Amino acid sequence: MKYKLAEDALIVSGLTKVFNKNLVAVDHVDFTVKEGEIFGFLGPNGAGKTTTINMLITVLRPTEGSAVVCDHDITKDASGVRDCIGVVPQEYTADEDLTGFENVILCADLYGIPRDESKRRAEELLELVELTKFKDKQVATYSGGMRRRLELACGLINRPHVFFLDEPTLGLDVQTRAATWNYIKLLKKEYGMTIFMTTHYLEEADMLCDRIAIIDYGKIITMGTPNDLKESLGGDIMTLSIQDSEADISDLIKKVPRVKEVKRLEGTYRIKVVDGEETAPTIIDAVRVEGHRVTRLSLTKPTLDEVYLEYTGRSIREEEESREDFRAQRIAMRRARGERTWMGH
Amino acid sequence: MTKNNNNSKNPLHGLWALTNRDLKKWYKNPIILLLGIIQPIIWMSLLGKAMNLGSMFTSFSPTLPSTIPQPIQEQIIQSMSDLSKQAMLSIFGTADYFSYMAVGMMSFVVMFTAMFSGMSMVFDRRLGFLNKVLSTPVARGSILMAKIFSAVIRALVQATIVLGIAYVIGPLSVSADFTPLNLLGVYAALFLISMGLSSIFILIAIRSTKQETQMAVVNLLNLPLMFASNAMFPTKLMPDWLQTITKINPVTYATDATRQLILYTVDMHQLAIDFLFLGAFAVIFSTLGIVLSWRYLSK
Repeated sequence: MKYKLAEDALIVSGLTKVFNKNLVAVDHVDFTVKEGEIFGFLGPNGAGKTTTINMLITVLRPTEGSAVVCDHDITKDASGVRDCIGVVPQEYTADEDLTGFENVILCADLYGIPRDESKRRAEELLELVELTKFKDKQVATYSGGMRRRLELACGLINRPHVFFLDEPTLGLDVQTRAATWNYIKLLKKEYGMTIFMTTHYLEEADMLCDRIAIIDYGKIITMGTPNDLKESLGGDIMTLSIQDSEADISDLIKKVPRVKEVKRLEGTYRIKVVDGEETAPTIIDAVRVEGHRVTRLSLTKPTLDEVYLEYTGRSIREEEESREDFRAQRIAMRRARGERTWMGH
Repeated sequence: MTKNNNNSKNPLHGLWALTNRDLKKWYKNPIILLLGIIQPIIWMSLLGKAMNLGSMFTSFSPTLPSTIPQPIQEQIIQSMSDLSKQAMLSIFGTADYFSYMAVGMMSFVVMFTAMFSGMSMVFDRRLGFLNKVLSTPVARGSILMAKIFSAVIRALVQATIVLGIAYVIGPLSVSADFTPLNLLGVYAALFLISMGLSSIFILIAIRSTKQETQMAVVNLLNLPLMFASNAMFPTKLMPDWLQTITKINPVTYATDATRQLILYTVDMHQLAIDFLFLGAFAVIFSTLGIVLSWRYLSK
């Protein structure tokens, strides 16, 4: 069945969710995701990522606003949306009492895929996520990484047009996390699908996503490619030391083109600079012409961590440290949602 | 990669898959099945056998004044035994209490299975499975009906086991008019009651994430549902206010129907009333379940 390829796989406008009339979990969010793009929602726990995803996959009804997922409106044509999406939820939802294969077939049945077709697809997907060897073992015997891969296979059974991943590597160790990233990249390459994912790991967003939106307190603070976001900070950071540490050469460095800012800190210079790799030799030359000798030079590219710090006013590591605050916030969220929560743990 | 692939899809797709999932979880864990029927077995073999009401007048030899001649003494003892039999027949409808309560136990096991059916709904929600199912094109009504059907099938299998065990522990005083067709009637009655009851308990669980709430509800309702009915004792002996409650308790009608079909000579009029009540009960609550699932499963 052929259909017209739309420019945007996901168009979100004014999407809002208010729980119990006073707790605004998602606050007038607007964004679009292009065909074939991996789009990441980055933000601390409780920022509204899962609520957003639950509205987009038609599990929660928005209080206000709407979204169009592959040409279907989430409020008016929920079943149209459900047909064209795949979902990997935050929790392990596979049934522990069933085997991996049975779980994938169960998912296929939920989409009404005929049995011979679903068997073929299940074999193919289990092969893709390297679970063929374990397909007849009960899921209760699977490791965390294997379960995550099984969830990926289940989510792909209907050949989704848009694939939703909610915190795909939450709770996985470093190696398994890296392996999961490879699967996600492979999926994108094999099936060319549009992927919408949420995460609170900066490196994950940086590594996987074509574009990122940083969300905090239910609002999108900034959006762009990881590189754009980093460049929006105003350039790279260069640290430079010279042999004659008595002399102040700040003004000299400032005259070099593309240098934005120079700070002298106990004989070393902290220089904010655009296109660090190309500007560095120019700076060295300029310093040498005036008879100084560079003894040490380092160049740091800004990371998403700095971007996050710039926009939210706090580092994502502080978030991790202030766990008590986060827990209180989460409990408040749960209370507000009352019996309707799906946070699960 | 299709955006619209649902044109030729059966609207009930996924119903059997979801039902089968619950059933698989059940029969792959024989311990749960065993625990489910162990309670009615204890009731039957302890209470059913201990309350030997039928032999109340026959199990002792009364000392009658020696002035009464021997043949008349024998006659008195004989008529006492007849009297007790008549009393049993008129109150319990059968001469032995074990048979009476063993059939009641079938309603009991059906009732318990239905009560706990809400629990699996709560767990599916807590573990995120429900969320995943809600993001697929399965009809919302099918999600609920799958829960109801799996509870019904489990209830019927367990009731069959209970009946089988009652027959073995026995003796079960099966009515002389009993035919295999009666057994079909028994299953029909149990099907209707378990459908209605599990609809109610799944409805209670439809938005809940707390298994504690479910447990509290089950604890609150199981004794009144069981004792304010004819499952254990005939309603005839109960005070009026209690009799009124038994008349709205669906367990009464299911138990009456199964007793009539297994133990008694069938009273067609009463049986028709039983089935009418049970049918209405099942239809009303399962319809209510489907309607509310459109509204409340997906929010």
